[in-house]
Amino acid sequence: MSILINKNTRLLVQGITGNEGLFHTRAMMAYGTNVVAGMTPGKGGEWVDEKIPVFDSVKVAVDATGANCTVIFVPARFAPDAMYEAADAGIPLIVCITEGVAVQDMMRVRNYLDQKKVRLLGPNCPGLLTPGEAKVGIIPGDIAIPGNVGCVSRSGTLTYEVLYALKLAGMGASTCVGIGGDPINGTNFVDVLEMFEHDPQTEKVVMIGEIGGTDEENAAEYIAAKMTKPVVSFIAGQTAPPGKRMGHAGAIIDGGAGTAAGKVKALEAAGVKVAKHPEEIPLLLK
Amino acid sequence: MKLHEYQSKQIFAKYGIPIPKGRVAATASEAKAIAEELGGRVVIKSQVLVGGRGKAGGVKLAKDPAEAEQLATQILAMEIKGLPVRKVLVDEAAAIEKEIYFSITNDRAARKPVMMASAAGGMEIEEVAAKTPEKIIKLHIDPLLGLRDYQARDIAAFIDLPREYWKDFNKIAMGLWQAYTQTDASLAEINPLVITKDKRLIALDGKMIIDDNAMFRHTDLAEMRDLDEEAPAEVEARKYGLSFIKLDGNIGCMVNGAGLAMTSMDIVKLFGGEPANFLDIGGGAGADKVAAAMRIILSDPNVKAVLLNIFGGITRCDEVARGILAAMKEVKPKVPMVVRLVGTNAEEGRKLLADAKMITADTLADAAKKAVAAAKG
Repeated sequence: MSILINKNTRLLVQGITGNEGLFHTRAMMAYGTNVVAGMTPGKGGEWVDEKIPVFDSVKVAVDATGANCTVIFVPARFAPDAMYEAADAGIPLIVCITEGVAVQDMMRVRNYLDQKKVRLLGPNCPGLLTPGEAKVGIIPGDIAIPGNVGCVSRSGTLTYEVLYALKLAGMGASTCVGIGGDPINGTNFVDVLEMFEHDPQTEKVVMIGEIGGTDEENAAEYIAAKMTKPVVSFIAGQTAPPGKRMGHAGAIIDGGAGTAAGKVKALEAAGVKVAKHPEEIPLLLK
Repeated sequence: MKLHEYQSKQIFAKYGIPIPKGRVAATASEAKAIAEELGGRVVIKSQVLVGGRGKAGGVKLAKDPAEAEQLATQILAMEIKGLPVRKVLVDEAAAIEKEIYFSITNDRAARKPVMMASAAGGMEIEEVAAKTPEKIIKLHIDPLLGLRDYQARDIAAFIDLPREYWKDFNKIAMGLWQAYTQTDASLAEINPLVITKDKRLIALDGKMIIDDNAMFRHTDLAEMRDLDEEAPAEVEARKYGLSFIKLDGNIGCMVNGAGLAMTSMDIVKLFGGEPANFLDIGGGAGADKVAAAMRIILSDPNVKAVLLNIFGGITRCDEVARGILAAMKEVKPKVPMVVRLVGTNAEEGRKLLADAKMITADTLADAAKKAVAAAKG
């Protein structure tokens, strides 16, 4: 078992004919992911590598191929529209790789998707990897092996560090989930921790956080109250300099939450072992 | 992008929010001329992109044009939290009856915009928030629906605004909502919004921050960016879409991904080094972007070693390697460089760099230790 994706996932790629979309479609297929369709407006009727049909609209692609998950590679200014279109076409799982989507756009997208009960991962995320079965997104396939560790992370490349360190230590992952580093994203730590808690294949969990927001603090609360599986964590940004602040609204809203020290303290109080650097994580999992 | 007070207030005025009469001046004689034009008492306000101007003595009241000139001279010679004052705003002085705090910002936890107001406006609002949070109303706005009239009324009632001002307050609330949405702001703050002795509501001070990710649809606002307020290297970095922050250490860092960039800084420090910068080349960076990043790092004379940590995903290590080679040809670096390439096309990247006389590392800890040792010479 795994969470969110497996070998039966039928994947659509939005922005399949773009530079990044094409490169990573090929990598996903080489990994064994069941890519069933691509979508680029104006390129309907073309084929990618003579294997994947390209459609003009998500709705038509879903009707023709039964796609049940989509991954988005379109530029930031078009990404909100891509997410709305996927939700309206009834796709239950949207993975948005695109970096740099405007925050107010994301607030509208997230509120719209919640009404439709659609799950979104990202934006600005590396996607998902269920080692040995499927990858949706850009996580390099060869840095992880199948196993019993569930990984969830706000960061992209930092996730790769952790998967790679696990592999070098002979440890494998059940599923690795990148939830994205943007202020407004689709899925948070608690959502994914809950899925890992109920997934029979997952026996331990690694959670990679970073400074800003209160997602890690909320996760600590959930772990203390509900989780039976051990969790190991790392928080990036312990030495990050504070930005020059302007205006009072930010301080009124989070009341000083969001520092690395505060997150580490909350997690340790919840019984989570927090690593000093990513390569220490395998030792703490033993 | 942070906007100055005078710029924020120009935007407020565009959306129907009343602001004091006034203009910005770069010299004391200009300030005097504006004061003469306005007649009567004026306020001289330093324009720097940092909070706490009032407490630092950067806001002063002048009773006549001569005093305006004298105070503008003083303020234009000041530095506030390390930022030199280059401009002052000369505003008509208002006779204040009451100060209100009023703002809209993004509430990431609620994933909605939040409008906040308090009858206890002014410089101590953060203290109010910490000690008596019940004195601040926080009202979330459905981003798909926008601010509704009843919500503006609820706020007016909460801050005990006399009913005679409700109509004007509604216009200001709607104006603030428009200013926030139409400019893709992450903050639109009026502090204070004042009731004057002659019974008017005026936005006396304003702050706005615009979402950099939305600048593609605000080319008109791009001109408002004050390049004087930013380090030249940061301006250069933004031109190439790089995220760069200069720090005080001596180990230059070039990393892909913000989380990994922060982690690389953390681990340099863990092993006894000091990072010279934060630099995230972003996802999918091409060779030209990497070359620009390298030039920016090496332009810092404090840098004694460079740590390149690239874990390829959407970024391809061979592209990064080409960028490094291009930059090295041009800049001819004299400091040791420690490079670690892992992930997408790492093999090809390492082959390209094989003849480049760089120190290589396999793990992140190994790379950080080698960079710290190299910086010590």
